[in-house]
Amino acid sequence: MSAVENALPQFSEARLDEIKVLVARYPHARSALLPVLYMAQEDFSYLSMEVQQHVADTLGLHLMAVREVVTFYTMFREKPCGTYLLEVCTNAGCMLNGADDLVRHLCDKLDIKVGETTPDGMFTVTEVECAGACGGAPVVQINNAYHEKADAAHMDAFITEVRGKGGEA
Amino acid sequence: MTISSDPKKVTKICFDRIDIPNQKSLAVARENGAYEFLPTVLKKFDADKIINEVKTSGLRGRGGAGFPTGLKWSFVPRNTGKPTYLLCNADEGEPGTFKDRDIMRFDPHLLIEGMIMAGFALDVRDAYIYIRGEFLHEANVLNEAIKEAYEANLLGENILGSGFSMNLLVHRGAGAYVCGEETALIESLEGRAGRPRFKPPFPAVEGFYKCPTVVNNVETLATVPAILKHGGAWHAAIGIPNNTGCKIFSVSGHVNKPGNYEVPMGTTLRSLIENQCGGLQHGTVPKAIIPGGSSTPWILAEHYDVPLTYDDIMKAGSFLGSGAIIVMDETADVVALTRRLSHFYAHESCGQCTPCREGTGWVERVMNRVDGGSGCEGDLKVLKEASEHMAGRTICALAEGAAAPILSMLEHFPDEVRSRLKEKSS
Repeated sequence: MSAVENALPQFSEARLDEIKVLVARYPHARSALLPVLYMAQEDFSYLSMEVQQHVADTLGLHLMAVREVVTFYTMFREKPCGTYLLEVCTNAGCMLNGADDLVRHLCDKLDIKVGETTPDGMFTVTEVECAGACGGAPVVQINNAYHEKADAAHMDAFITEVRGKGGEA
Repeated sequence: MTISSDPKKVTKICFDRIDIPNQKSLAVARENGAYEFLPTVLKKFDADKIINEVKTSGLRGRGGAGFPTGLKWSFVPRNTGKPTYLLCNADEGEPGTFKDRDIMRFDPHLLIEGMIMAGFALDVRDAYIYIRGEFLHEANVLNEAIKEAYEANLLGENILGSGFSMNLLVHRGAGAYVCGEETALIESLEGRAGRPRFKPPFPAVEGFYKCPTVVNNVETLATVPAILKHGGAWHAAIGIPNNTGCKIFSVSGHVNKPGNYEVPMGTTLRSLIENQCGGLQHGTVPKAIIPGGSSTPWILAEHYDVPLTYDDIMKAGSFLGSGAIIVMDETADVVALTRRLSHFYAHESCGQCTPCREGTGWVERVMNRVDGGSGCEGDLKVLKEASEHMAGRTICALAEGAAAPILSMLEHFPDEVRSRLKEKSS
């Protein structure tokens, strides 16, 4: 029994204190759901059903209230992704500046399809909606850092650098 | 601030300090005029005076709808016994728009100062900045700036000894375009899926947790300090009547120098693109221009000399929107672009209204067929009818936005669409 319990996700004491402070900043605890999901994703790398249940328990919400939010917003992940998540914006401004070619280039180079992760677990490539940085099109977010005017050469250099370091994030 | 008190000499308001290095630090911002006029506002102005100045200024909401800001503030009921909330809409998700990001990452104190002034006018105790989740860097910059502002007693209890207290918290969204709609934003801030609410009641009366709530765009709030310092009449003398002040235009697509450019309202589209954006990548005349973000109808080269104002762009058949100008030169594939935008709207539909949920998906599937070369003439009729039928039959304007590129493509480039049908099916 204790082995099973140990496997369940559990926020650290420091995290729980942080959540308590955050909750007090809103009229109701429910408002803290999005930020707490971000914390959970940071701590547990993705939002498994167990993690979602833990978030629900922490904020005193029903699991379904958490599920509704997790499945509505694209930045919450229910499955693991690569160490480096490469999110290519392919909306209007980026499309007019070569984003589709960039996606093809990345997929060819990494030998995966959009949405897939390389077998070594290092890179995931996805297409995303407008990143709000169209002046720097095409835009690639790598683990939430914006890379603007990200051409094939820039991405190749990044991939080579990461692989050279052995893939440590 | 170094903004001239002579309105004729003003060319920038929100971007006045944008190029100053490290403006995001409170010390640097203060050297350049940040919070300079705030004590005067807190000590000598009252709610009526502030709201009247903003009304006089003619400032219209910079997020897209262009609703007069002062009027919006005046709708907030007083003495309801409930708290009033101020929410800054920093969701900035309309494809083509990237202006608020620059205010937040380069001059966050301008926004914070505007929010303190707005909060003071509206008797706000708790204010929030709802920022799109992808803007993690910008959220971090804001958090650092807010921390410094608290330490300097510009936020928190009894601000600068004025008796006015206000808290400010940055709240990240998590990737949902529809949350830029103000009632969806409120739903999201309440910890739910961002589904727009029926209006009325409007947020001013019943918003965040059923309390009076004002939702203003970043650029709108960032304009407030200059208006209060120089006066509403000063702002009203910039630009042209009913379209006053300066506006940031986010220019992207096929221009040589894409970026954010703040200009007085009434500057022509041609002047902006040729003189500031380095002209088009190919050719001298645009094939089409989306003037106010992807949800606004396209305009053609015949309107290249349109003055950039709410009224003039409306006369040209579109909307100024958020000021997001997407330029297509002669090399643009308008069918592929429309197909891509149809995917965007289908992906971002929140799903609660049937015309939008079903319509955007249907339109996307037909556009995939048309752009993929297996479309038929009847598909064009389906696209037109589905677009017309979903627009205006939903709670929010997302469906209208989805219809705009489809209808623009069919109206302005019928031959190009038809050649696509023939080209690949023959």
